[in-house]
Amino acid sequence: MADALENDQPLLVANALSKSYGRIAACRDVSFALYPGEVLAIVGESGSGKSTLLQMLSGQLAPSAGHVSYRMRDGITRDLATLGEAERRFLFRTDWGFVHQDPAQGLRMAVSAGANVGERLMAVGWNHYGRIRDTASDWLTRVEIDIARIDDAPRTYSGGMRQRLQIARNLVSEPRLVFMDEPTGGLDVSVQARLLDLVRSLVAELHLAVIIVTHDLAVARLLSHRVMVMKGGRVIETGLTDQVLDDPREPYTQLLVSSILPP
Amino acid sequence: MNAPAYNFAYLDEQTKRMIRRAILKAIAIPGYQVPFASREMPMPYGWGTGGVQVTAAILGPADVLKVIDQGSDDTTNAISIRKFFAKTAGVATTTATDEATVIQTRHRIPETALHANQVLVYQVPIPEPLRFLEPRETETRRMHALAEYGLMHVKLYEDIARFGHIATAYAYPVKVNARYVMDPSPTPKFDNPKMDNSPALQLFGAGREKRIYAIPPYTKVVSLDFEDHPFEPYRFNAPCALCGAENSYLDEIVTDDKGSRMFVCSDTDYCEGRQAAGHHGSLSAAPYKEKAPSHG
Repeated sequence: MADALENDQPLLVANALSKSYGRIAACRDVSFALYPGEVLAIVGESGSGKSTLLQMLSGQLAPSAGHVSYRMRDGITRDLATLGEAERRFLFRTDWGFVHQDPAQGLRMAVSAGANVGERLMAVGWNHYGRIRDTASDWLTRVEIDIARIDDAPRTYSGGMRQRLQIARNLVSEPRLVFMDEPTGGLDVSVQARLLDLVRSLVAELHLAVIIVTHDLAVARLLSHRVMVMKGGRVIETGLTDQVLDDPREPYTQLLVSSILPP
Repeated sequence: MNAPAYNFAYLDEQTKRMIRRAILKAIAIPGYQVPFASREMPMPYGWGTGGVQVTAAILGPADVLKVIDQGSDDTTNAISIRKFFAKTAGVATTTATDEATVIQTRHRIPETALHANQVLVYQVPIPEPLRFLEPRETETRRMHALAEYGLMHVKLYEDIARFGHIATAYAYPVKVNARYVMDPSPTPKFDNPKMDNSPALQLFGAGREKRIYAIPPYTKVVSLDFEDHPFEPYRFNAPCALCGAENSYLDEIVTDDKGSRMFVCSDTDYCEGRQAAGHHGSLSAAPYKEKAPSHG
């Protein structure tokens, strides 16, 4: 009952977000609401404003106009712009996750996988080595990394393993919202498929809300419930994933969909 | 005796005032690294330029100076700095810990307990405890400001994962006054407990990095650790070969190329004091005795 009520309220609301760099409008008037457990894909070609939007949503970039509000763990919805830096950083490493396209940005490449996963726990005051390690091994198993590699640094890992480690590192603090920026970019097709499969099962299992930025419509189709198509900084089409991808309304979306090679 | 070309204690008065202001701020915020306009000193970086500037700023004509280098009063670095201040400030110098009012140290805290009228000045090569984990200075300063110290435990975690115990033996991170995490300069971790609640004022100067920080007297200093891997000071399990001390920090001295070695106190003043008081170790020269004349 309480859970149903929880899910009734949006987790994150974007209201008329815009960002301009001088004359250039990178992002114009974007509004949407994201509910708990919902996966939203933002698709579009490069330069369409996807990454700018993601940075504004995750509080890393201040919008020129509009605002983002987020329902905190205590149930109170707050405008991100009013959060202090300490609160925002705390939110970022507890209730949020951010999966970068390049794992080197999201991981500490020189410290072991176990410490990478354990860092968020230590940041919130975990002070028992055995328990941190157990939790880290548990998460490595969940993202299908061999436990024997727990003491190896991620720079000895393959691209797919690094990306899975990055996911484990983000999910260990049990976030409710995860941002993903092209998580499958730069991976070969079979590795991509495995990673997507893993993400899909984790998202369902943990009831995660995800905002995923991608130019790959196959990723959007596989993971997301809803799709937003961006072009020139604007959202030109939005709707349920299969609706948008199977029956695109806008000419640009039709072009995007038709440019996928048939299997 | 004073060389007339120099101001008292080498630095000009304006510079000393600037350093004193940094020191006062450092004392007011225990463990916080205060930036200061470090000067070029007539010695290379890494030889204690930070410590020398702090000493120069706090030295008065009535002070008695002691300088140690790894616990020893008689190495090049210690002797040079002692002579430097004897020449430029004309202050009395000593090797006895008890008699000194200012003790400049490179990486040791004397074994003899310090008292309330003493100042311990540390020479610091790298003041930032988070440096090797987070290379960006902007980021580490922010982490200090927000007291985000999870990363420090990542280092200790790595130690345990790799060696089975916390293998950091020197520059062991401490938390000062339950707020700032601080690098106690590369002192052996054996000395960490001596920093806690010390009656003496402890000042840290890093010349190249241009930082001063401090631990005021009677301040809580806690070495970081894990619940299941608590902090343990380390010393070689042996008595001093010269004075027989069982609880002092020891240097290991290799005596030949066949694996022989001896352990002696790193603190020479402490060791000499004990020998003068009649303590002996396994290798101390015994008083010469005539052999009993042989009969038959």
